[in-house]
Amino acid sequence: MSLKLKKGVNKQSAYNLRDPNLDYEAAHTLSIIVDNESGVLARVIGLFSGRGYNIDSLTVAEVDPNGHRSRITIVTTGTPKVVNQIKAQLNRMVPVHEVIDLTLKGKAVQRELAIFKVVGNGNQRVESLRLADVFRAKVVDSTLKSFTFELTGTSDKINAFAELMGPLGLKEIARTGIVALLRGDNSS
Amino acid sequence: MTHSNKITGAEIVIKALIDQGVDTVFGYPGGAILPIYDELFQQKKIKHILVRHEQAATHAAEGYARSTGKIGVVFVTSGPGATNSVTGLTDALMDSVPIVVISGQVPTFMIGNDAFQEADTVGITRPCTKHNWLVKDTNKLAETIHKAFEVAGSGRPGPVLVDVPKDVQFASGHYTKKNAIDTGFLKNEPPIDLKMLDEVIDRLEHAERPIIYSGGGVINSGQSAVHSLRNLVAGTDFPITSTLMGLGSYPASGKNWLGMLGMHGTYEANMSMHGCDFMLCVGARFDDRITGRIDAFSPDSYKVHIDIDPSSVNKNITVEAPLIGDVSNILNSLTKRWKERGSKVNQKKLSTWWKSINDWKGVKSLSYENSSNVIKPQYAVERLEELTKSYNRFVSTEVGQHQMWAAQFMGFEEPNRWMTSGGLGTMGYGFPASIGIQIAHPKSLVINVAGEASWLMNMQELGTAVQYRLPVKQFILNNERLGMVRQWQELLHGERYSHSWSDALPDFVKLAEAYGIKGIRCVSPDKLDDSIREMVEYPGPVIFDCLVEKHENCFPMIPSGKAHNEMILGEQTDENTISDDGAVLV
Ligand SMILES: Cc1ncc(C[n+]2csc(CCOP(=O)(O)OP(=O)(O)O)c2C)c(N)n1
Ligand SMILES: [Mg+2]
Repeated sequence: MSLKLKKGVNKQSAYNLRDPNLDYEAAHTLSIIVDNESGVLARVIGLFSGRGYNIDSLTVAEVDPNGHRSRITIVTTGTPKVVNQIKAQLNRMVPVHEVIDLTLKGKAVQRELAIFKVVGNGNQRVESLRLADVFRAKVVDSTLKSFTFELTGTSDKINAFAELMGPLGLKEIARTGIVALLRGDNSS
Repeated sequence: MTHSNKITGAEIVIKALIDQGVDTVFGYPGGAILPIYDELFQQKKIKHILVRHEQAATHAAEGYARSTGKIGVVFVTSGPGATNSVTGLTDALMDSVPIVVISGQVPTFMIGNDAFQEADTVGITRPCTKHNWLVKDTNKLAETIHKAFEVAGSGRPGPVLVDVPKDVQFASGHYTKKNAIDTGFLKNEPPIDLKMLDEVIDRLEHAERPIIYSGGGVINSGQSAVHSLRNLVAGTDFPITSTLMGLGSYPASGKNWLGMLGMHGTYEANMSMHGCDFMLCVGARFDDRITGRIDAFSPDSYKVHIDIDPSSVNKNITVEAPLIGDVSNILNSLTKRWKERGSKVNQKKLSTWWKSINDWKGVKSLSYENSSNVIKPQYAVERLEELTKSYNRFVSTEVGQHQMWAAQFMGFEEPNRWMTSGGLGTMGYGFPASIGIQIAHPKSLVINVAGEASWLMNMQELGTAVQYRLPVKQFILNNERLGMVRQWQELLHGERYSHSWSDALPDFVKLAEAYGIKGIRCVSPDKLDDSIREMVEYPGPVIFDCLVEKHENCFPMIPSGKAHNEMILGEQTDENTISDDGAVLV
C-alpha cells in the first residue's frame, strides 16, 4: 500500500512545523547569573546554537569575585513562547542561578561601549571631531591622519554614530555588546 | 590535616561510589583510567561488568537504572572510550535515565596537546548530559562525584559525566563524604500552585470527555506516583492511555486502560485524545510521535500538564494548566483536594463518553490477518506475551516495527518492567539493556524483543552475556528487513526500497553455538509455542531466530503530519474497509 503522497509534500509534518506566530517576535534582554567556572559560557552558547535560538548580543564578565559569579547579558529575539523556552532551558542548567528577563521586568538601563577608528584629512577630520563632541564620544587615540573614539550609550546611539562616521573615513569598529541592569532601587 | 589523611584520586573514586551505594559498574578499561581499574581490582564491594563496547556499557547502565530506580554507573577510558559513550548518554538524556559516566582523561598537563587518546570529552558530551565536569584537582574529586550523583538523580533525572585526568587519579587528596557536600546547586521545586490546582479540579469535576495521558515521568517519580495515578483512575473512572515510556504505570489489565497512544497507538487511545474535553497529562511531554499534527491536536480540550521540568511545559503544545513539580507530590495534592471537595465527577456524561470509547474499541485496531504457514510478527509477540506474562519478567526492545508490536501486544502490570529507547530511538539499545536488567535481577526472566538489524548493532555483547552467565533471551523478529524503514518507504516513498533490507545475515543459531549458548530457529506458526517454551525454560542465554513475514506493516499508524483522527488502520484492501467515518484512509 502506498499513500501516493506527492513528492515533497510534508507541509504539515511534525518535522516541518513552523511557528505560526513568527510575527510576534520581539527582542528580549536576559540577564543570567552563573557560576564563573570553566565551560559555562560554552554551555550557554551551546544551548542557543543547539536549539536554534538567536543571539543578537552577548556580554560576560565576573561580577562577584568572592562568590565566583558572572553575569551574562544576552539579547535574543523570539516569540513569547520561544523566549519562555529559552528561559526555562537556561534555568535547567546546573551553573545557572538566575535568569532575569529585563524586557519583561520593566525598564532597564542598557548600554554598550564601542571604539571607532576614523581615518581622514582636512574637513572630514574636523567634521568627525565635531560630531564626536555632539555624541560625547571621547578621543582615546589620535595620529595626524586618524582619531580613535570611545562612545558609550544605547545601541541606537552607537548605530547612529557609526552611520555618521561612515562617509567620514570610518575604518574599524569594536563593540562590547549590551550590558544592562534594571532601573530603580530593586536589584533584579 | 596530615598527609596520612590523603588517599589517591583513584581510591577516592571507588570510595565515593561505595559511599553512594553503588554495587555494579559497567565499563571498559584503557590507559587513561587504569589507576581506577587498579583500585577496582583491590576491592570487593563493587562488581564490574566488562562489556564489549562502551556504547553497550551505557545502555546496560540504562537498563540497570530503569529496572531498579537506582543510578547506573559506567567507566570508560579517554578518547575512543568516551566518544563511544555518546550515544548512550544522548539516549539517557532523551529518556530521562539517571546514569553517571566516569571517563579517564589524559593528564592535565597534556590536555590540549592532541595527546594520545585525547578527546575534548566534556566538550563533546556537554549537549548530551544534564551536566558534566572535568576534575583538575584531586581534592575536589569526591565532592564532584557526589554532586554528579545528585544531579543525575534529582529533578528530571538524566545522564552526567565526570572526566578524570590520569594525574588526578594518581595524585593524593582529601576525601569528602557524601553527606558533607553542599547541595545548594540543586534546583528547588516551586511550591504547588494551589489556585491552579483548584481550577484543575473544577474542570475535572465537570469534565464530560476526560482522558488521562501518562508518561515516563510517572515511573521516574516512583512507586508513590504510580500508586496515586492508579487511585485517581480508580476514583474518577477516567480512561487512561500512556506513552511508550509510560507503559506499566497503569496496569495493562486494568479496566480503564486504552492501550498506548501516538503514532502506533490504539484507535481508542488516539480518538479519545482527539475528542476529549479534559486532558490530564501526567509526566509526559507532548512529543511529536504523540501529538501528530500539532494544529489539529486535541482541538477541544482543556489541557493540564503535570511535569517536573518547566521547560517541557508549553514547548510543543500550549496548555491551560501547567502544574510544575514532582508527579507524586502533585498527584497526591490533587487527589487529596479532590476528595476533600467530595470526589465528584460528571457521572452521566462520563458514561456516554465511555460508550463512544467502547465503540472505538470495537474497531479492534490491533487486529491483523494471521496466517497458518508463515509466522506473523504480531502473532509471535502475542504468543510470547501469553507464554511469559505469568513470569517475573522484564522486557527490553530494540528499535523498529518489532518495538511497536511489543508495545502493542505485551502487557505490563507494573512500572520498571519495560525498557525501550523512546526519545532517541537507538537501534542497538535492547541487547545491552537486557544485560543491565539481568545483572540487577538475576533470577528474573529478561527478554529482549529485537529486530535482526538492530540486534546486530550491539551483537558483540554476546561475550558479556556468556562471561557473566546472564540467561538473557534474545527474541529476534527476523524479517530480513529494516522493517520500519521499509514500511515508510512503502507508504511514503513510492515503494522505493532504498537500502532497507538485511543482506548477509549470520546464521543466528550457529552464531549462538559459536558462543557456546543456545540458538533456536522457528519458521512455522505451529512450532512457535513449543519453541518459546524451550527458550524460556533453557537456563542460559538464548538467541531465538523467529523468521517472520517480511512485508508486514505496523498498524495502526498516524502518518507523520496527520492528526489523531486521521489514523490508518490497516492495509487498504477491498476486504479490509474500515467502517468508522473517523478512520480516514489516506
Ligand atoms: C542507530 C540507528 N540507526 C538508524 C535508525 C533508523 N531506523 C529506525 S527503525 C530501523 C530499522 C530497524 O530494523 P530491525 O531492527 O530489523 O527492526 P524491524 O523494524 O525490522 O522490526 C532503522 C534503520 C535508528 N533508529 N537507529
Ligand atoms: Mg527487521
